[in-house]
Amino acid sequence: MKQIAWLAIGSGLLMQPAIADELFFEANTKISTEISLYADDGKFANQDYRTNTSFSVEPELYWSWNDEQDSVTFTPFFRKDQQDSERTHADIRELNWVHLGEDWELRTGFRKVFWGVAEFQNLVDVINQKDSVEGLDKEHKLGQPMVNLSLVKDWGILDFYLLPGFREQTYTGTDGRLRSSLIVDKDETTFESSNDEKHVDLALRWSHSFDVYDIGAHWYKGTDRTPQYRVINKNGSNVLGAHYQQIEQVGIDIQATIDSWLFKGEVIYQHNPVDNYWASQLGAEYTFYGIFESATDLGVLFEYGKDQRGKSANSIMQNDIGIGARLALNDAQSTSLLAGVIHDLDYNSNSFSLEADRRIGDNWKISVEARAFASGSNQDLLVNFDQDDYLKFTLDRYF
Amino acid sequence: MKLLTLTTAIVVSSVLALGTSTAFAQTAEEKGLAISKEAKARDEGWVDIVSSMNMVLRNKQGQESIRDIRSKTLEIANDGDKSLSIFDKPRDVKGTAFLSFSHTVGNDDQWLYLPALKRVKRISSRNKSGPFMGSEFSFEDLASFEIEKYTYKFLKEEACDLGTCFVVEQYPVDKNSGYTRRISWLDTKEYRNVKTEFYDRKNSLLKTLTNHDFKQYQAKYWRADMAKMVNHQNQKSTDLKWKGYKFGTGLSSADFNKNTLKRAR
Repeated sequence: MKQIAWLAIGSGLLMQPAIADELFFEANTKISTEISLYADDGKFANQDYRTNTSFSVEPELYWSWNDEQDSVTFTPFFRKDQQDSERTHADIRELNWVHLGEDWELRTGFRKVFWGVAEFQNLVDVINQKDSVEGLDKEHKLGQPMVNLSLVKDWGILDFYLLPGFREQTYTGTDGRLRSSLIVDKDETTFESSNDEKHVDLALRWSHSFDVYDIGAHWYKGTDRTPQYRVINKNGSNVLGAHYQQIEQVGIDIQATIDSWLFKGEVIYQHNPVDNYWASQLGAEYTFYGIFESATDLGVLFEYGKDQRGKSANSIMQNDIGIGARLALNDAQSTSLLAGVIHDLDYNSNSFSLEADRRIGDNWKISVEARAFASGSNQDLLVNFDQDDYLKFTLDRYF
Repeated sequence: MKLLTLTTAIVVSSVLALGTSTAFAQTAEEKGLAISKEAKARDEGWVDIVSSMNMVLRNKQGQESIRDIRSKTLEIANDGDKSLSIFDKPRDVKGTAFLSFSHTVGNDDQWLYLPALKRVKRISSRNKSGPFMGSEFSFEDLASFEIEKYTYKFLKEEACDLGTCFVVEQYPVDKNSGYTRRISWLDTKEYRNVKTEFYDRKNSLLKTLTNHDFKQYQAKYWRADMAKMVNHQNQKSTDLKWKGYKFGTGLSSADFNKNTLKRAR
């Protein structure tokens, strides 16, 4: 657990004098139990099972003092997985100190940051590494050490990021499902930077809202969160080694919110040692409110993702359309349902998903997620998931 | 959702008579408008309010569900209020926060912060008639009251819980409203909104709101401690209790932006 060492350096937050009688403390915890059911045994060795159970805990501890001008948040995360030892893991999602000034904030330590407006893929969301073992959606992120100065001006919010220390992507192990035929071997990871994972990355972002528009623009220079892979023969068998390049990227994200329409776009231009390319994710969402004279809202969304590198791109939507529908019942249990399909125009592959969730009582929530994969070409990486169609039930308890 | 301003809506959202001496010279529409303007005028100048609210949702079978929300509201001259609401319960949405810039004319600007993703989403404010957090209050029921949002008609004066009330009918200007009309009862002395009836798009009685236990703040502004919304069509109800009212706490526009939304606790 190299990252533990980062903690101490991370922020110096424990050095902050806390005045006992002003100290506010709050703790909230989420405990999740999930059961996955697969339609088949997997394609590869060690995937000969059809059920998996997993358990995770995520407490959030929060302290504030100095009339809430200073606060510390600590969010550790731990997962125990029945089948995949790589998925059994711990992380520090957040451990940071935030200090508020008149029109600025200084945020120091491990944090999660989200940038973007799209639903199927967020090209501009570059700060955090993905915690890939958590699931196929890119919502799960590893905490990133940072010093982030945020300035609030009449002309928008300006964020400066100093990112000392890089986190490698997590990968499903030999016993895990939803992986490529070859395992990514962490011992084979290489970096372009001579400082390896200690390269200090930099980022700048401006964001602003005016009229119906929400717009953001960013510049990023440093280690690419998404690696390139090469096949290595190790002790007679092939493994994948991840290689992290140095990149420089600019991008914009914009949303126009016009009555029942949301128009969304994310565009990036990246310079890296292999090539310079642009990529975009463009789409729209329309919501029908109160359908059939009920309280139910139905939203339909469409997005198109394009990467100039074409088939050699390492993004999921290099020439793909995404179509989705979301249903919100707006009932006391906040029942909702999201269905979607991503169609790859290059490989003619389809990936289907269905997610539904509902609160039970005041402290529980149940979710169901189903995914099915139909690759249209052996060249498409999706072919690895051909026998991984699954149904996953998750029960969350909140404390 | 403009939660905080719910108070404004509930308390002010009605009618007020100009007095019997001038009444004969006015049409019912003019009188309704004049009463509403007076009610609005009496509830202006509070600058900012911090408060928290507790909702108890009850279904037909009497099963209860709790919502706890804290909010901050800033009065904006010549426009709608700015408000920031933070959800404490139910626990699965704890930390979710909602930022709203309401406008007297046109759509409101609204953003939702989703703490698990650290994501701020601009959302459509078109959904005025939808339920707020599964309750019997809709978003428009909780919105700040602005004169321009309705046209008015004075109906009558009659006895009510707080003495004598003006009864005024209000017709939403917005075609997206869930109502054809509302009828409000305001007491003639302090213009407190005692009761409002809501009529759905088919002009059938949908809901009745009653306000209870009024208290006066800053020697001027009346606020009910409890608002009760009963839905006559589905037999569900929501009790909304207000706690910890603080007026004039020194909030400014700087307290209402995406950064404050993200760190709202």
